[in-house]
Amino acid sequence: MSTALRVEGLTKRFAGVTANDDVDFDLRRGEIHCLFGENGAGKSTLSSCIFGFYRPDKGEILLHDQPVHIASPMDAIRHGIGMVHQHFVLVPEFTVLENIIVGTQRSGWRLNAAEARQKLKGICDGYGIDLDLDAYVWELPVGRQQWVEILKVLYLDAQILILDEPTAVLTPGESRVLFDIVRKMCARGMSIILITHKLVEVMQSDRVTVLRKGKVVATLDRPETTPDELARLMVGRDVFFTVTKPELAPGETILAVEGLSARGFWGDAVLKDVSFSVARHQILGIAGVAGNGQKELFEVLCGVRRPAAGSIIFKGEEVAGMSPRAMMDRGVGHIPDDRFREGLVPEFSVAENVVLGWQRNPKYCKGPLMDRDAITGLAREMIGEYQIATRDEHVAAGKLSGGNAQKIIIAREFLHASGLVLANQPTRGLDVGVIEYVQTQLLKKRAEGFAIVLASEELSDLFNLADLIAVMFKGEIMGIVDPRTVTVAEVGVMMAGRRGETAASKKRVSA
Amino acid sequence: MSQLFQEAIIISILASTIRIMTPLLFSAMGELITQRAGIWNMGVEGTMLTGAFAAYLVATATGSLWLAVLAAVVAGALMGIVIAFMTATLRVDHFIAGLGLNLLAGGLTLYWFQSYIQGRPQPIFSGFQDVAIPLLSDIPVIGPVLFSQRALTYVALLVVPVVWFLLYRSRYGLELRCLGENPKALDVKGLSVSARQYAAVMLGSAMTGLGGGFLMLGFSDRFLADFTAGRGWIVIVALIAGNWRPKGVLVAVTAFAFLESLATHLQVVGAQVPHQLLLALPYLASIGLLMGLRFRSGQPARLGIPYARE
Repeated sequence: MSTALRVEGLTKRFAGVTANDDVDFDLRRGEIHCLFGENGAGKSTLSSCIFGFYRPDKGEILLHDQPVHIASPMDAIRHGIGMVHQHFVLVPEFTVLENIIVGTQRSGWRLNAAEARQKLKGICDGYGIDLDLDAYVWELPVGRQQWVEILKVLYLDAQILILDEPTAVLTPGESRVLFDIVRKMCARGMSIILITHKLVEVMQSDRVTVLRKGKVVATLDRPETTPDELARLMVGRDVFFTVTKPELAPGETILAVEGLSARGFWGDAVLKDVSFSVARHQILGIAGVAGNGQKELFEVLCGVRRPAAGSIIFKGEEVAGMSPRAMMDRGVGHIPDDRFREGLVPEFSVAENVVLGWQRNPKYCKGPLMDRDAITGLAREMIGEYQIATRDEHVAAGKLSGGNAQKIIIAREFLHASGLVLANQPTRGLDVGVIEYVQTQLLKKRAEGFAIVLASEELSDLFNLADLIAVMFKGEIMGIVDPRTVTVAEVGVMMAGRRGETAASKKRVSA
Repeated sequence: MSQLFQEAIIISILASTIRIMTPLLFSAMGELITQRAGIWNMGVEGTMLTGAFAAYLVATATGSLWLAVLAAVVAGALMGIVIAFMTATLRVDHFIAGLGLNLLAGGLTLYWFQSYIQGRPQPIFSGFQDVAIPLLSDIPVIGPVLFSQRALTYVALLVVPVVWFLLYRSRYGLELRCLGENPKALDVKGLSVSARQYAAVMLGSAMTGLGGGFLMLGFSDRFLADFTAGRGWIVIVALIAGNWRPKGVLVAVTAFAFLESLATHLQVVGAQVPHQLLLALPYLASIGLLMGLRFRSGQPARLGIPYARE
């Protein structure tokens, strides 16, 4: 098999940090080659060098065994390299067609849409992609937006395609379709670089190059390796994917939500008639692709967003419409999904973030002044207890890694919560090791007798931790299922909008 | 009041609406181009003032009105370079860059004006006169309102469809709107974001400067401190009110011009309203509008956010 692209001895440094250290990598024609590693292992830096976003400090990139100089994405595109970014680079206000052709026309004043349309029709027919070229991108569900990104690359006649975490926003069903089409591309001679830290994606590839701390640890033929081996290579130690969850009988109901609805900024319904309940020693998982109402649900539950209708009973008291402060005082802990924007104040120190929200508590203030000694003491205690990796408590929280930032939030919320923890995407974007830690912490709270509502896009999180899984789609609960008796595929179908047989709907009928 | 008098007043109000609106229209279309490219240029007032001053300088020095027009355009483009340098290259906060530019323009024009006249009585020029279009200007009502105006007025009215075509039917327009919505989409195709932002801001500011120049050459014969008197701010309000679309901006500018024209005429006919209040009418309307307006669907998504590769 011939080599499509080869990277030799590539080194890239940023302000003293070596992101890629003497990396060798080769991509054969027609293969899916996975770049596998944790956050910060250097996957994105390597692909950015190949795509011309960064210039390597040392090393060479060869295409078909010829050294090439790639100084900008323009050069990369000219050499037939295309990239689908993890966060789509689309203009929602443009049509599919406009998104694809913007910046590609080299001559003439008038937009030449007819010719582009012709070419795109051919590409779509060839791959069996069914997409309305005149639809606005904002009208498309996220899964279909990815087709626009892929068409952008195909339209520019790419021979090498870099896919950066392509299934992050897809349902299991959509991921399967994606990989079917990627396989078709390979069959036509295209070569794929697949960047991921997820084992499910790795297992779709032909070969795997594992990166750790900027260095290549190994390059393996995928059929000859196992998920356990790959995970060990990625993290550098053994990883246990299934945290052990003890069987606990649920206690009394802590949180009961009935007929909850909420509206968005424009008056649109973002939550529709949501009902569920969680008891002591119970974790209720919320499954769903991001943007299907999970965020709004958590906002309503912690008091940030006012419900339009419905009731929220917390420990026997109606709390719907209460202020966030009232909810905090009652013992509701909240881990929001966007940790650097809502979970903490990045410019504040670790100590200030640990006490954030409780600065009025007599324990941490003296009259109108903050009690610095008490706060520092608390911060030191939390840094020790939650193994927060920081030089000291004065470092700005924004300087810490995502995992350590998350630990600050967990420390703060766990300290004050009594009875209920709301965790929205607590493992999003974290490394395997930290994910394991967060999961363990949640299970510890469950054992202590907390009720926990946990939303995650990672079905593995939910199947590991949850006692019940509620599937959300467009602000509604499609069903509440038992992870012990349901398959990932069944949950996937519900995430795409199919109603499931549920405990909740049965209850509705009988009520 | 006789019927004849009433009709004359109405024609006069409408004709002066068109007169007042055309300088604003140049500036508003220019700012539309700038903002659709993602640059929230708050320096419209300063750019118009500089354009007006450049036009005054060249008109009195050379006596050529068309050279003065050119000077206003060039002055506007130069202001555009300053804005582009601050926002696209230095990535300064767009509001601060614009406000700084306004202060700079207010001070510099006055300073240059003082050094130009050096204590002499200030030179004056005679500006553009109405050009009546044969036949069309003889139509009752419409004739005097639309077809007996300054030459640049006709150009200004043509600018609206031209800008529309540029934005929506040319490949440059697609790239320009892309700058405002998601500049990274151009960057990942290997196209320079900042080069396109420079081009857009310079073109937009040149038109904004032209608006200031026309204000000077069409409706004045001399320069005064703070000559543009807040019209640059009206332009920004018109953009928001027009929801960042050429037709909407045209409607908004027309509405403001009509209010100003109405205020002037109400004074003339001696309405029992304090004239300060009348003069404040367009500005009061814009404050009310901004408070009531939540409809901003046309606002470019990345407007005012400096672009940097992460």
